[in-house]
Amino acid sequence: MNARQRDENPAGIHLPLDPLPGHTSRGRLERVLRRGEFAVTTELNPPDSADPEDVYNRAKIFDGWVDAINAVDASGANCHMSSVGICALLTRMGYAPIMQIACRDKNRIAIQGDVLGGAAMGVANMLCLTGDGVQAGDQPGAKPVFDLDSMSLLETIRIMRDNGKFLSGRKLTTPPQVFLGCAVNPFAPPYDFRPIHLGKKIAAGAQFAQTQYCFDVPMFKTFMQKARDLGHTEKLFLLCGVGPLASAKTAKWIRSNVPGIHIPDAVIKRLEGAQDQKKEGKQLCIDIINEVKEIPGVAGIHVMAYRQEEYVAEIVDESGVLKGRQPWKREIRRDDQLVAERLDHILHDEITETQVDMVKTAH
Amino acid sequence: MSEKQPAVTQATLVKKAAPKSDYKPADVSPQRRVQRTFAVRLWSIRHSRLLEWFYSRFADVFLLLHPLWKGIGYSRVEAPVKFVEKRVKGFMFDCRMCGQCVLSSTGMSCPMNCPKQLRNGPCGGVRANGNCEVEPDMPCVWVKAWEGSRNMVHGDKILTVQKPVDQSLRETSAWLRVTAQAAAARETNQNPGASA
Repeated sequence: MNARQRDENPAGIHLPLDPLPGHTSRGRLERVLRRGEFAVTTELNPPDSADPEDVYNRAKIFDGWVDAINAVDASGANCHMSSVGICALLTRMGYAPIMQIACRDKNRIAIQGDVLGGAAMGVANMLCLTGDGVQAGDQPGAKPVFDLDSMSLLETIRIMRDNGKFLSGRKLTTPPQVFLGCAVNPFAPPYDFRPIHLGKKIAAGAQFAQTQYCFDVPMFKTFMQKARDLGHTEKLFLLCGVGPLASAKTAKWIRSNVPGIHIPDAVIKRLEGAQDQKKEGKQLCIDIINEVKEIPGVAGIHVMAYRQEEYVAEIVDESGVLKGRQPWKREIRRDDQLVAERLDHILHDEITETQVDMVKTAH
Repeated sequence: MSEKQPAVTQATLVKKAAPKSDYKPADVSPQRRVQRTFAVRLWSIRHSRLLEWFYSRFADVFLLLHPLWKGIGYSRVEAPVKFVEKRVKGFMFDCRMCGQCVLSSTGMSCPMNCPKQLRNGPCGGVRANGNCEVEPDMPCVWVKAWEGSRNMVHGDKILTVQKPVDQSLRETSAWLRVTAQAAAARETNQNPGASA
């Protein structure tokens, strides 16, 4: 049995951590970032099922490699298990989920309710997104809500947390203690406005940011230069979005069909020239990580390996960003192990007891 | 996790399953369907500085007329003013009558024309050519807003974080509301004791 892990509540893994001065949440991710450690986050591919095991199995492959897991909110406007549901399951098992909230599907009444519900379940991190248009998804006939936008959503949750009030001004008895995040895309026009736009998000309440997939490092460097000049990196932890491309064909498809992802020609050429494109895609991702981790102001990476989740551990390991540190890992508790040793047989023994037998043995 | 990557996405399947017909109105969002062309809207953004100047004169005139509005009654004057405002702003900016105009903070580009109705800046889906993610042939409202704001004297107003839209103010006159608020502010400034 290992010694107790660093960021874990001794009374139970599902419980919030002790509050620390200067921290707004009681979660693991904020602790890692504020200690100055290079953070790694990833995204859980949400299941199209009502089986909790699907979520646990998908989370398990990240064990010991990531500091937090994004629970996506119907990404690409496709229906999946809700982010609130995924967070409920993950917090029970002690994981640190980042609850994504998209403005596309819920109005301000539903969102504020979900923020309270999420925080009550132990969700310490929330990521405020605008959300893709409904046209992009599997149900283009849905009503696009967009009651708030990512900026006003950030501000709404910040007001709930810091002022203890709903948007309407009604008081909360216990405000949600959350670490607030936003998304940023340095790779879409208007390029010169993007760093300033990030400043606006900081003013609205963002404490950390995850970027869109970075495949163009020089472009990201110019963005970071401007962000540093504006002083953003001192006020916000910026996690660079990275991910492996499965093949040159996928890369081309993404480039022409997924708005907001910028893939330069050089990347596609490199993939096309490779023997094993999948392996090259992974290597490319590692190379990009090695470049971006050296950029001042980058506080971590966000690995998005959609349908290639099994590579996340390898990518994190081979790029060496953790520098030997092991993020929190789910372990079997000692008492659970004892129970399992003593009573495991009842799961495997084939005893069929009839009521008649039970009466006989009772005498 | 280890399932094979599908060749087609769910969205493609849905689109393919849609009934086949020559009449295809669903190719654009309802928002886009209301208007035909962006020419006038884009002209307004190119001339944002002129319009900014004009707008501030115009607001002064409206404020001067405050006694008149008050005399007739703001509620009674609402209908005719709204009639004019809707048509003028509709022509110039493709106004959606949200009732809380922020044109001066958004480079004279009406943010309600954004399919996501973003009032605080562009989303992450802007195409490389500066067009909208949802409407591929429409220039992104926020790319244009940023361009327009750079021409304006008070263009940095684009940096203020806007509150969420108050849906209860839809289809009301923003001109009259701003005038009434400015008049009220002027009165409290002139005799601060009276309001206390």
